[in-house]
Amino acid sequence: MNESLARSILVVSLIKVVVLLFLVLTAVAYLVWFERKVAAHIQGRWGPYRVGPHGLLQPLADGVKFLMKEDTTPAGVDRFVYFAAPLITMTLAISAIAMVPFGPRSVRIFGVTTPLVVANINVGLLAIFAITSIGVYGVALAGWSSNSKYSLLGSLRSSAQMVSYELSLTLSVVGILLLAGTFNLSELITQQAGYTRGFLPRWNLFNPTFPQILGFFCYFVAAIAETNRAPFDLAEAESELVAGYHTEYSSFKFAMFFLGEYASMITVACLASILFLGGWLSPFPQTPGMDWARYIPPAVLAITGIALIIGGLRYTNLFGRIVLPVLGLILFGLSFLCSQPGVIEAVQGPFWFLVKVVFVLFVYVWVRWTLPRFRYDQLMRFGWKVLFPLALLNVVLTSLAVVIRK
Amino acid sequence: MTPQLLIFLILAAIAVAGAVNVILQRHPIHSAISLIIVMMALAGLFLLLESEFIAAVQIIVYAGAIMVLFVFVIMLLNAGVEERTNMSRMARYAGVPLAIFLLIELAYQVGAATLSMTPQPAADNMTRGLSMLLFQDFVFPFELTSVLILIAILGALVLAQRREGVPAKGGPEKIN
Repeated sequence: MNESLARSILVVSLIKVVVLLFLVLTAVAYLVWFERKVAAHIQGRWGPYRVGPHGLLQPLADGVKFLMKEDTTPAGVDRFVYFAAPLITMTLAISAIAMVPFGPRSVRIFGVTTPLVVANINVGLLAIFAITSIGVYGVALAGWSSNSKYSLLGSLRSSAQMVSYELSLTLSVVGILLLAGTFNLSELITQQAGYTRGFLPRWNLFNPTFPQILGFFCYFVAAIAETNRAPFDLAEAESELVAGYHTEYSSFKFAMFFLGEYASMITVACLASILFLGGWLSPFPQTPGMDWARYIPPAVLAITGIALIIGGLRYTNLFGRIVLPVLGLILFGLSFLCSQPGVIEAVQGPFWFLVKVVFVLFVYVWVRWTLPRFRYDQLMRFGWKVLFPLALLNVVLTSLAVVIRK
Repeated sequence: MTPQLLIFLILAAIAVAGAVNVILQRHPIHSAISLIIVMMALAGLFLLLESEFIAAVQIIVYAGAIMVLFVFVIMLLNAGVEERTNMSRMARYAGVPLAIFLLIELAYQVGAATLSMTPQPAADNMTRGLSMLLFQDFVFPFELTSVLILIAILGALVLAQRREGVPAKGGPEKIN
């Protein structure tokens, strides 16, 4: 590899990292908004509505609030660890997304061709698991260093829980590895291309050799536990532990935990859609009769744009009247751009990937606001006596199927 | 200086500094954190040798599982700052020279071994090669090791139960 090529790869990677960081932080901020909106509508409320039209500027307001609040450090904390813990949580949660491929095609911008992934490494899946496996330190150390019994209890619970469920999480994916024979995430997706009987996509969830339905169930449950969300959010059970491991954190250090939690939610959802739902592959077969399916992405953009323009005109205040229609016009323009011949193929991958990720995230939020929290002994019993054997069973059945049918 | 050498030196320095810090720190948690940093630096060194699989496994197993258990136990026992005692006479007159001797011996042997070695190009598919070795060529020793570890776990369980006054009859009856 010559010098200039290496340098240009370095520069391109750097640009991609910055763009991805920006995208992820925005996505995390709006995921919070999304969660609050979905939760509110499940409970027959409106959710955030005051800051900006439909509360769209609420994440911005929250961010400013976190920055402006007083940052208190309680007495008797272990300073170094206390400051390091939120950093560990946030950095790890965000860096896992670098391994996620967002689309099949290489994008050509300013004469440089580059794939839609920051780090396309051979052991991408293992790397993500490695990062999530050390993510537990953020929680554990935060609780220990805070010098508070609630924090310590929360982090003890959480470390035990994360270690227990990590086992099921990793085992639930082994079935897919047996079927695919690779750790590379892009290859894992391309192997899921094609359709059984012409209509059923050959995603790993409906794999013809052995459908990974059991694996998907185990993965999904373990992933919820791994990200410490309800009904497994024992680490911060507010009715018993105030706020669990981050009780003593305020201001931006608290925001870092917050960002970390939602960023790891996104990682887990991306991984679910890559491993089980075919990643960027379209659910519609590419036969001549299904040619219209290519126009779904621009159509969705156009409909959203029109809805925003009409919704904005209903507002009485100046802000709603300007912001929403302008957003709508931008989306409308984007939809026109996306229906152009060269572009329409390029947007298919990222569009379907995004749809699947949003769907998984929606189920996540749905579960959180539907199921009550587990008791701690129930949680442990479920993890070790139900989920772990099920994941193991999936591995055994899949390997049998692979041996017999391949 | 090639970039590889520079990265190697940085990672090696981190690993050694972390390892020294493990002994110098007086709080168990700080020692554990230093040990985690050593593990990460070692994973980086494996990555430098183009063995991505070992690097990932190094982090998952050592930093992600074993060290979590260490930290968990330290937190659970609420271990405090350890007390320093001056070295005993035994340690001062026998231990220090022996440690220095061991260091020299290791440095000499490793140095001699690496100087006579020629660098091998990394295999194209490390993971496949490794699993072939583990599950085909050395499957018997590999499984034997797992049984050994299992026996150790069961032994620990039996010992822990006996101490509580519960007679250890047919193995663990109730584990909470």
